[in-house]
Amino acid sequence: MAAKLSKQQKSRAGFAYLMIAPGVLLLIVFTFYPIVYGLPLAFTNYSALDTTKWIGLKNFHRAFSDPDFYVSLKNSLIYVVVVPIIQIIAILMAVLVNTKLRFVGFFRVAYFIPVVTSMVAAAIAWKWMYEETGILNYILRTLGLTHHDIAFMVEPKYALAGVMLVTIWKGLGYYMMIYLAGLQSIPSELQEAARIDGANRMQVIRLITIPLLMPFVLLCSLLSVMGAIRVFDEIFVMHGPKGDPINSTLVTSVYTYKVAFQDFDFGYAAAIGLVVALIILVFSLFMFRYTRKGGLTYYE
Amino acid sequence: MSNATPNRGIERAERTSAADEAGQSRQTRQSRQSRQSRSSRPVSLRKIISAIIVYALLVFTALLCLGPFLWLLSTSLKVNANVYKFPPQLIPWPMNFKNFSDVFHIMPLWTYIKNTILMTGMGVLLNVVICTMTAYPLARIVFPARNFVFYAIVSTMILPNAAGMIVNFIIIQKLHLYNTLLGIVLPSAVSVFNIFLLRQAFITIPNDMEYSGRIDGASEFRIFWNIMVPMVRPAIATVVIFDFMAFWNSMIWPIIILDDKEKYPLAAALQYLQGNLSYNFPYIAAGTIISVIPIIIIFLILQKQFINGMVGAVKG
Repeated sequence: MAAKLSKQQKSRAGFAYLMIAPGVLLLIVFTFYPIVYGLPLAFTNYSALDTTKWIGLKNFHRAFSDPDFYVSLKNSLIYVVVVPIIQIIAILMAVLVNTKLRFVGFFRVAYFIPVVTSMVAAAIAWKWMYEETGILNYILRTLGLTHHDIAFMVEPKYALAGVMLVTIWKGLGYYMMIYLAGLQSIPSELQEAARIDGANRMQVIRLITIPLLMPFVLLCSLLSVMGAIRVFDEIFVMHGPKGDPINSTLVTSVYTYKVAFQDFDFGYAAAIGLVVALIILVFSLFMFRYTRKGGLTYYE
Repeated sequence: MSNATPNRGIERAERTSAADEAGQSRQTRQSRQSRQSRSSRPVSLRKIISAIIVYALLVFTALLCLGPFLWLLSTSLKVNANVYKFPPQLIPWPMNFKNFSDVFHIMPLWTYIKNTILMTGMGVLLNVVICTMTAYPLARIVFPARNFVFYAIVSTMILPNAAGMIVNFIIIQKLHLYNTLLGIVLPSAVSVFNIFLLRQAFITIPNDMEYSGRIDGASEFRIFWNIMVPMVRPAIATVVIFDFMAFWNSMIWPIIILDDKEKYPLAAALQYLQGNLSYNFPYIAAGTIISVIPIIIIFLILQKQFINGMVGAVKG
């Protein structure tokens, strides 16, 4: 094929190779190689201590008899529950800022500020609010919802919900923006036409707005499922690398970090990572199927 | 509607506080004028009530979104003794601005800020330069194996990168980049997502631009640099904004790669210091506020592009 290229085309091809070389090189080293190398790593005992040996499926046997791994997997699955909550609140927020009232732009910006700030800063702010003497307990008591101070950070039954709230709070503005774009891309003629045809407000929402918003709901759900399984920073900042108290906030990413960078048990960490990656892969293939059905190739 | 009056008060307060948002208010003023000229009939009571409800909800949601930061700001202005006061002081009195100057003495905050700027600057620059260079030929030059390269790159977005962080750590060690700035930046110096985004932008440029350059005898590089790159400025802006945010806020990778706490960027340093300084919360609060101010300022300046970039990138 190369022989068919003219002299000018050849020089252009040379230029092209020169241009893509740095990017491709970096991708090979830091993206392709880890994918290729990460797989066999899961079948070895690679660690800081031992000489590396091929140990077959031992890491996987170990994972499925490791109570901490089960706890982390369970907590990660519970975490996915935040996804529908985020979608509902984000859509309501998008509807709220989709009005043409004055200063609505100011509110859109205000809602987006948690998105741009670091999770460390957000988690520190929330950690402080969750303290027993913190503002949250004060508000709850003032509203008469509790009569004693709740130790949100210490009691295992509140800890996971506590970090979930931070995740939701920080992500809302992001999804709100996507839904706002979604709402604004629905041509108003469609809604007006329906109104003229005698549809009431509920019917317009049910038959036009919701179906046309569905691709956005699926896209956002996919993004937030991925986010929920990878959630790390907020737990690391608020509950440390072990997911305290008593493993109650231990999720798979935190557990992988602990195994890899605290126990330096890289082979086992790679195996855990592989199991989680396969779960994510199945999940996203499933979601992609549905997104296609919903039609990401969207009216425009 | 017993709470109608206080809501109006809030509404008025919002109006004045939002007035300095020049661009925004100009835009809304225009739309209001056009609306007024269209319908000169008196506004109905129903409309007023619904506006009041909407504003009340808007203000309430804004409080929920900004509340934690406002509380942090309030804490950062307190003297340590007032922090645990019950009931909590919403507005700190006496206001103690000293915390902000003190944190600079207690921790090497300037060093952390410098590190963060260096890390972010380098990360963004490398991404813009390398991703633009990679995306351009994939979009506009026919060369052998082009499709293979493109699909190989895109496929990494789908394949699970199970041990990515672990293997990258091993690679960084083998390259002797452990505990260096380059070690933090290099693994994310090119992103598949950016290449995809920029390639998309290059594809949409009409061929005429390229032909006219070629007829004038411009070199391949000149066509790329003087004609093509300026045409994809919005896509580059999106890349800059995304990566700026990602690098500025990154915490865990710097913690893994850096041995030396002096080399930490802000987010990593805050995580490290909140354990050591937990006895004095106003200091941590002040440090946290200082760390978020630059990114919020950048966001406020670029908010239009920021939000468009976000939405555009997600919608693809």
